[in-house]
Amino acid sequence: MAAYILKRLISAIPVLFGITLIVFLIMAMIPGDPATAILGAYATPENVAKINKDLGLDAPLFQRYFIWLGNMLTGDFGRSYSLNRPVLDEILDRFSATLILAGTSFVLCALIGILAGVISAARQYGWADKAITFTVLIGISIPSFFLGMVMILIFAVRLRWFPVSGMYAIYGGGDLPDLLNHLVMPAIALAAVATGVVARMSRSAMLEVLRQDYIRTARAKGVHERKVILGHALKSAMVTIIPVLGIQAGFVLSGAVYIEMVFQWPGVGRMLVDAILKRDILLVQGGVVFVAACYVLFNIVVDVAQSLLDPRIKS
Amino acid sequence: MQIMKLTRRAFVAASIAALGLFPALTSAHAQTPEDVLVVGQIAEPKSLDPAAVTAVNDFRILVNLYEGLVRYKSGTLEVAPALAESWEISEDGTEYTFNLREGVTFHDGTPFNAEAVKFNFDRMLNEDHPYHNTGPFPLAFFFSAVEETTAVDDLTVKFKLNAPYAPFLSNLAYPTGLLVSPEAVKSNGEDFGRNPVGTGPFKFVEWKSNERVVVDRYADYWGDPAGVQAVVFRPITDANTRVAEMLAGGIDMMVEVPPTALSQFQGDDFTIVEQAGPHVWFLILNAKEGPFADKRVRQAANYAINKEAIVNDVLEGTADVAAGPTPPAFAWAYNEELDPYPYDPEKAKELLAEAGAEGAELTFYVTEGGSGMLDPVAMGTAIQADLAAVGLDVKIETYEWNTFLGEVNPGLEGKADMAEMAWMTNDPDTLPYLALRTDAWPENGGFNSGYYSNEKVDELLEKARTSTSQEERAQLYREMQEIVQEDAPWVFVANWKQNAVTNDRVENFDLEPSFLLHLQNVTKN
Repeated sequence: MAAYILKRLISAIPVLFGITLIVFLIMAMIPGDPATAILGAYATPENVAKINKDLGLDAPLFQRYFIWLGNMLTGDFGRSYSLNRPVLDEILDRFSATLILAGTSFVLCALIGILAGVISAARQYGWADKAITFTVLIGISIPSFFLGMVMILIFAVRLRWFPVSGMYAIYGGGDLPDLLNHLVMPAIALAAVATGVVARMSRSAMLEVLRQDYIRTARAKGVHERKVILGHALKSAMVTIIPVLGIQAGFVLSGAVYIEMVFQWPGVGRMLVDAILKRDILLVQGGVVFVAACYVLFNIVVDVAQSLLDPRIKS
Repeated sequence: MQIMKLTRRAFVAASIAALGLFPALTSAHAQTPEDVLVVGQIAEPKSLDPAAVTAVNDFRILVNLYEGLVRYKSGTLEVAPALAESWEISEDGTEYTFNLREGVTFHDGTPFNAEAVKFNFDRMLNEDHPYHNTGPFPLAFFFSAVEETTAVDDLTVKFKLNAPYAPFLSNLAYPTGLLVSPEAVKSNGEDFGRNPVGTGPFKFVEWKSNERVVVDRYADYWGDPAGVQAVVFRPITDANTRVAEMLAGGIDMMVEVPPTALSQFQGDDFTIVEQAGPHVWFLILNAKEGPFADKRVRQAANYAINKEAIVNDVLEGTADVAAGPTPPAFAWAYNEELDPYPYDPEKAKELLAEAGAEGAELTFYVTEGGSGMLDPVAMGTAIQADLAAVGLDVKIETYEWNTFLGEVNPGLEGKADMAEMAWMTNDPDTLPYLALRTDAWPENGGFNSGYYSNEKVDELLEKARTSTSQEERAQLYREMQEIVQEDAPWVFVANWKQNAVTNDRVENFDLEPSFLLHLQNVTKN
């Protein structure tokens, strides 16, 4: 097992290296530079050249790449010009906010999605199955940012049950109930689509398994139905469901960008959008590399989990 | 059946848990606290160091923390005393001597004096200054005429300019001229922007990234104390979310209300405040080549575009029709006799026929957003339709703001015939000097991207810049406006009226023509 994990970790290195190169080149190639973004209408060539020099952007491209890469390997992600603070501090602050949001959504989508899928499969064509299938279809069809805006209008503006936006109350607050209060709407809005996908995949995976001979044998032996479903069937179905969960984790993480914009959640997605608009090169590069590294790591975790359930996968 | 039982049980349990949580959750959501003003901002500030920032959004916080030597007199764009009680200007216009207010302290307790003023300008302008590395200082060129700053005595400071430069005083009143505590810069270094110390009516308390900036009333303020205990600035970048927060009572005040959302704030619960500012929205026309090289075609474009419809229908009345290159907010320099080009498609067709430009094909650069650009795509489309109605075939090319500036600022030659643009300035000199002179063509580092050139205009602008008499300057600017309107290097479209909404708990609030947000007198129950 350890060897397998090590192998997977080593194979991630070229992937990460490629990501640094791609994000660096993209930022170097897009039109517009930080100086123009800072100066706006006052961007005379002279002023632009001066600011670019102050920001160290006058060095040749390859030199800048290796300086950046070298610094990053020593843990120095540089300083964000648009926020005037170290990039890594900002990313860690923001990433923890995103993890809270995306993590909650992921747990929601995994629990509710699998539960709904299992019920659907166990009661195929029954009223529960029909109700769930219908709800799931709606969940998948509504874009998350739209769902978020509708939720704001109903639950925050009309009913005033929840705050419109932000992560904590602006004055006072800051404790766990305050956080939960702010988390409810964005987490649900973000989880909706992923929950639908997980529910559908769980349903079909379960149906597939339930048709197999060993399930019939188990039932014939007189095994309790709950044990057949949860013990025998779900365990094998998980081999199919887990990779879907892995994909949904990535989906929730990237979908957080829209939800963070709508709910003003201080997460890494909103940070990246702002940083791109301001051409904050180091913040974009650092943020993308960090998020990509997390995603790669998460995929390794998923693969390892899958191989634990199904030993055939390792070979 | 078993599984259904299980889930039913789980469902009931979950519902009870949710119901139990609900009162706790809802009680946490209350109105904004008393005596604390919560302001919805359009973005996170970049820094709270006045020398380091360029955005109006950041200035809105800064003017409450800091003061400069001079400020804009309330309700106008004229210069009035602030930390300087009075000043003298030498005959030749190259020496400005300021007499400072006595007994003013920074929020860190250090005294405000001539040395502090000198530190501020040396830090920005001298590359050898030990704290010059706390920059970059993008707008330092506002003071590039300053050759030397001298502390004559404790309360007298003198600026020596390399040439007479009339906009100097209004540049000092601009937020780039706000004064910071030298001791705080020395102890915080490059982190000063996150630990700001000034002399203003509010002092800095905390900045939580992407959540809030909090400032408190400064007890030892030299003037009238601030009307509220504290102000919280919240960055809410999404306009719809900002509107929702305002409707839900999560903020007491919001700026830059989207025109389409204004109708939601009619009624007694909210107050809409409007104020015209030094803003002009125009189309740059390429006067060097193509159809717009002919003055008649440029005038035809001015006649053909229905500006009334743009400000009333597209912008929902949040702007006025512009008459010329200078916004009316510069009351002292504005030429009242200018009337906007009327909407007259027939006249436009005549002019086009005279110039032989009927059916000309034009490339039009449109931006998706950007500072002061209002609703650029919708406005661009309306303009395209108006020009089509007089037989001009306009092709729109749309760019994201930074890319757009990268295309337009180097000049339109060989690329486009017209481009959208908007400017907000602090002196009637700035925009025409940077964007209408022959010496301001892009190859000389200016913003005259349409290559307009008129010797008389060049002469008037140079003269106005070096004159020390405001009356003479006003005369020169008025003459310039008349010529430029006739020459039509731009299509003059709109002057934006800045707006804000407050709820019924906020009193004594007014917007300033400078677009700054002075909250000193505001009270809230």
